[in-house]
Amino acid sequence: MERITKERALDLLNSADLLDLGEAADRMRKSLHPEGIVTFVVDRNINYTNVCINQCKFCAFYRDAESPEAYVLSEDQLFKKIEETIVLGGTQILLQGGLHPDLGLDYYTDLLKSIKACFKINVHGFSPPEVSYLAKKHNLTIRETIQILRQAGLDSIPGGGAEILSDRIREVLSPKKIKSGEWLRVMEEAHELGMRTTATMMFGSVEESKDIVEHLDAIRSLQDRTGGFTAFIPWSFQPGNTKLSKEWALGDQRSAVKSATAVDYLRILALSRIYLDNLRNIQASWVTQGLKLAQVALRFGANDFGSTMIEENVVRAAGVSYSVTKEDIVNAVKAAGFEAAQRDTYYNIIRKF
Amino acid sequence: MNYGIRNRIRNGGRVTRNEAVELFKSDDLFSIGKLAAEVAERRNGKNVYFIVNRHINPTNLCVNRCKFCAFSRSKGEEGAFELTIDQVLQRLSASCENSQTSHGSLKQGCGYSEVHIVGGLHPEWHFDHYVEMIAAIHQSFPHINIKAFTAVEIDYFSRISGLGLEEVLIMLKESGLQIMPGGGAEIFAEGVRDQVCPEKISGTRWLQVMETAHRVGIKTNATMLYGHVETLEDRVDHLLKLRELQDKTSGFQAFVSLAYHPKNTEIGGFYSSGIDDLKTIAMSRLVLDNFDHIKAYWIMLGEKISQTALLFGADDLDGTIIEEKITHSAGAMTGEGMTRDDLVYLIRKAGKTPVERDGLYNEIWKG
Repeated sequence: MERITKERALDLLNSADLLDLGEAADRMRKSLHPEGIVTFVVDRNINYTNVCINQCKFCAFYRDAESPEAYVLSEDQLFKKIEETIVLGGTQILLQGGLHPDLGLDYYTDLLKSIKACFKINVHGFSPPEVSYLAKKHNLTIRETIQILRQAGLDSIPGGGAEILSDRIREVLSPKKIKSGEWLRVMEEAHELGMRTTATMMFGSVEESKDIVEHLDAIRSLQDRTGGFTAFIPWSFQPGNTKLSKEWALGDQRSAVKSATAVDYLRILALSRIYLDNLRNIQASWVTQGLKLAQVALRFGANDFGSTMIEENVVRAAGVSYSVTKEDIVNAVKAAGFEAAQRDTYYNIIRKF
Repeated sequence: MNYGIRNRIRNGGRVTRNEAVELFKSDDLFSIGKLAAEVAERRNGKNVYFIVNRHINPTNLCVNRCKFCAFSRSKGEEGAFELTIDQVLQRLSASCENSQTSHGSLKQGCGYSEVHIVGGLHPEWHFDHYVEMIAAIHQSFPHINIKAFTAVEIDYFSRISGLGLEEVLIMLKESGLQIMPGGGAEIFAEGVRDQVCPEKISGTRWLQVMETAHRVGIKTNATMLYGHVETLEDRVDHLLKLRELQDKTSGFQAFVSLAYHPKNTEIGGFYSSGIDDLKTIAMSRLVLDNFDHIKAYWIMLGEKISQTALLFGADDLDGTIIEEKITHSAGAMTGEGMTRDDLVYLIRKAGKTPVERDGLYNEIWKG
């Protein structure tokens, strides 16, 4: 299939019939994954701290260091969580946290080393804002920082913090967070060092269609150069308990339901599948969309069900939680007409159900 | 999809039983969905209807105790309740004061235009009690459409009163009942009914009650509860029986597909898939070519699948529904109510035109 241009993508996003777009995405998913398998990873999101100096307006998870709800997980707490993950057949932990002003590089390397000394588990950790923050704090280059983390045991890097890769939008949503160029730089350095990462997009806040297309284009261009992204994961802004939703409520009485709807999600997901012709995997986000729409997403371009999320805190803080077990995921995938398979971080199939 | 079927449907022709089964079984979600959307648009344009309404369940005591139901209780059991007529009226006037007033022309004196009343088959209440309840509601809220009692309840009234169906329905109509909901249809096929609701009236009896209701001038809805033990053939058979009756009476206003919820029921099992939900909506739009409206009932399907269903042939999201108990007893993951603004927003975001209606599909407001 011929690669689509930015202009064409914008046109599709703004005016294509959703079912036409879905059908095209479904066809592309089928040609990339003709075996009809939908994968998922068994992992746990572990957020080592909720203290964060970035204070993004779309986030309901962060706290000030002085807040009574502020925390940094102890090594005991963390190890207990990892043990539970392994008991449940987990192969990966997603280790992410806020930008804590008092945690230095030593904290991270000690943590990684002790995890690796005790457990055989893939550490998918520290998204670009965390990596960049550490580099600045210690006057290191991005490459040096990643190398140090990697030597200590970091395996792969999650695609969080991308939000919308448009500095105009970032200025509104998250003025203190790293800019688009820096996010892409961290990913490029990681890929060059031979690490695999994912890429994400959070839409449905204040961006316009053209910002979404720019975002997809930035990911596709980098992937052309490095091939280092394993998957793309779009999800929608969850407005509960966030500064942004409070501003909305003050402005024009918009209630919480009024962010991206199901139809917006499917449209953007389908466009992502079509545009990102050099990425093999597109994840459905049951965490933000619920199991039923995630099943539908499997016909709108997605081929992966993400993680079982033994624990998830960030979306939950925005008031959205679906209680889902591994069995629920396997059943949901089968009911959607696919074979369900557990995979590892690198999309190797471990076990079919 | 076979070119012949598509063409025939486009030209207003009918889908046969075998064709419907074949389409239902096929993987061709997009062709089915697009054709259903086309049919819906031909009938209703870009309009998507919603209603500001209120549900009230006078009791959850029920002599039936269907296996798929998590709402019903026996007398004395924990959680059992029965409301007096005064309590029903109090609840209605309380939500009258609280509910959101709509753009200008709403039914006088109240923020909602329809009350939806269904309940268990109470072991002791007499038929007169129900007639009095309807009359009292009608007297207190003369401008609200009263939609009440499924075919199962009507059949029960006939049995406990010794009156014929027609008499029962006429008495209720004369006391103010205008519309009947379509519940209790489940799946008409006998084998399935024996498994999921052996105590309940037969499919034939359900259709007979509806036919009588239509004859005395009561409009009704029709439903289908799917995703439990039935086959796709059973679903098609169900839809065809509805189509056949509608040919005779034209008394059905809308068809509502109800996705089975497995929690807290005796049958257990799984939630239907979102893909199945959408396909079922689309197939019902294609088969029920004589129905004006296909409803994506958000309480059952969730707000996300319901909105998506608007692009698969549905043209109604139902209502704001203050206080929903039945689906929530079985593990519905939706909230109990949506505001008018929420519904309008979802409809607009699907690229459709929101139309607020009353219980009889008269337009109250168009956005």
